[in-house]
Amino acid sequence: MKFLCLDCDTVMEFAERQIPGDGTLAAVFKCRSCDREMAMLTNPMETQLVSSMGVKIGGREVPTQPMELARTSLEGGRNDAFVLSEDIPLASGESPIRGEAAAGRIVWTSEATGRLERVPSFVRGMVKRIYTDWAREKGVSEITPENMDRARAELGLEGM
Amino acid sequence: MRKIRTYQDVTHETGSGLLEQVVDQQHRLADRLATVRSVVAVASGKGGVGKSAITANLAVALLARGLAVGAADADLNGPSLGRMLGVSEARLADRPTGVEPAQSPSGVRVISMEFLQQEEDAPLRWREPGMGGFIWQSTLETGVLREFLGDVEWGELDVLLVDVPPGTDKIKRLLDLVPELDQMLLVTTPSEVARFVVSKSVRMAREATVKTVALISNMASHTCPECGHVSELFTGDGAKRLEKASGVPVWAEIPFDPRFGAATDSGTPLVITDPDARSSQTIFALADRVEEHLS
Repeated sequence: MKFLCLDCDTVMEFAERQIPGDGTLAAVFKCRSCDREMAMLTNPMETQLVSSMGVKIGGREVPTQPMELARTSLEGGRNDAFVLSEDIPLASGESPIRGEAAAGRIVWTSEATGRLERVPSFVRGMVKRIYTDWAREKGVSEITPENMDRARAELGLEGM
Repeated sequence: MRKIRTYQDVTHETGSGLLEQVVDQQHRLADRLATVRSVVAVASGKGGVGKSAITANLAVALLARGLAVGAADADLNGPSLGRMLGVSEARLADRPTGVEPAQSPSGVRVISMEFLQQEEDAPLRWREPGMGGFIWQSTLETGVLREFLGDVEWGELDVLLVDVPPGTDKIKRLLDLVPELDQMLLVTTPSEVARFVVSKSVRMAREATVKTVALISNMASHTCPECGHVSELFTGDGAKRLEKASGVPVWAEIPFDPRFGAATDSGTPLVITDPDARSSQTIFALADRVEEHLS
């Protein structure tokens, strides 16, 4: 899909994406010659068609997560389908290592953990990894609710 | 009328990143399957011919040959492979690099939609919107199948069996994702109706780049357990006719045995519970053929 500015005969370039949360999407494209902007508005079915491809208009802010499409699209996902690899008890019977906190690098505060626990378990591991990767990239040592909000805003996460 | 440049005329990209993301998906899948020696589809086009039970038994038979075997249940709407291999309650280890498959008691690495659904009797349903599913559902399910193949940490495998649901469109879906399919085993029965339907799949497989295509005739005969008399379950000779007409060989004629289905129902394939049964022996011989033809 491309948008052509007819006045300039120039391809318009992606500028901004907005997801209002009602299943629709707005993608803004701008002509680099005359600065004219236009917004492409998609209805829920059209938005779903794009997301069914596992792609995001304007590119991805976070890397593709394993089985992201299945996890974010399936209705009635099994609560305990996925177990974070660090939560799997070790065969030797040792206590499981719980993520980065055990390594002394990134700590989740109890408030942040509580908020994470409100995320459906079907996608919780994926969401936890996204926040942890964001913290590592930003040099943030402690994940708090405020940092989670910051990450959401920066990464454009919806519903996480 | 003014001349507007066409999409093909306009070579400059828009920065929407869609094409790049689709290419990334293809690379991700190819990278994952790079450690898999052969992808082998068990398909038909026709429903109810025993694809899943054959896949489960074949997986274990290949494992018994010393091969590392994975099995992907491409039947998202009617998953059964996990159950047939005895791993329906599996939990999947979630790693940054991928999801670890379930492992059956016999050692087959398995992925199935069954592992992801909360309720046993829940039909497969996707989130919003409720309307217009015919527009996006096939795209979404192809994407989920891509994740089953590409986001699962299969590791080093000799064979990845893919249990393909009924419908030639589902075969096409797999071929779109894995154009370099090594083998396609098309399951039919001696019935004329099955021959009619499966012939379409034969044509599709031959027109694609599948390296080896073979037929499996299931429920080919029935032996009376009381007197040993062998009788035909179907009056036709569909598999043989299909072989003759298409040149695609029949690699196995699996006799009907009620224990075949009962064993997979219980989660332990017949090749384990009764390896000497005629059906099991036929599956082992089929495994030999599959192994001989691996790339």
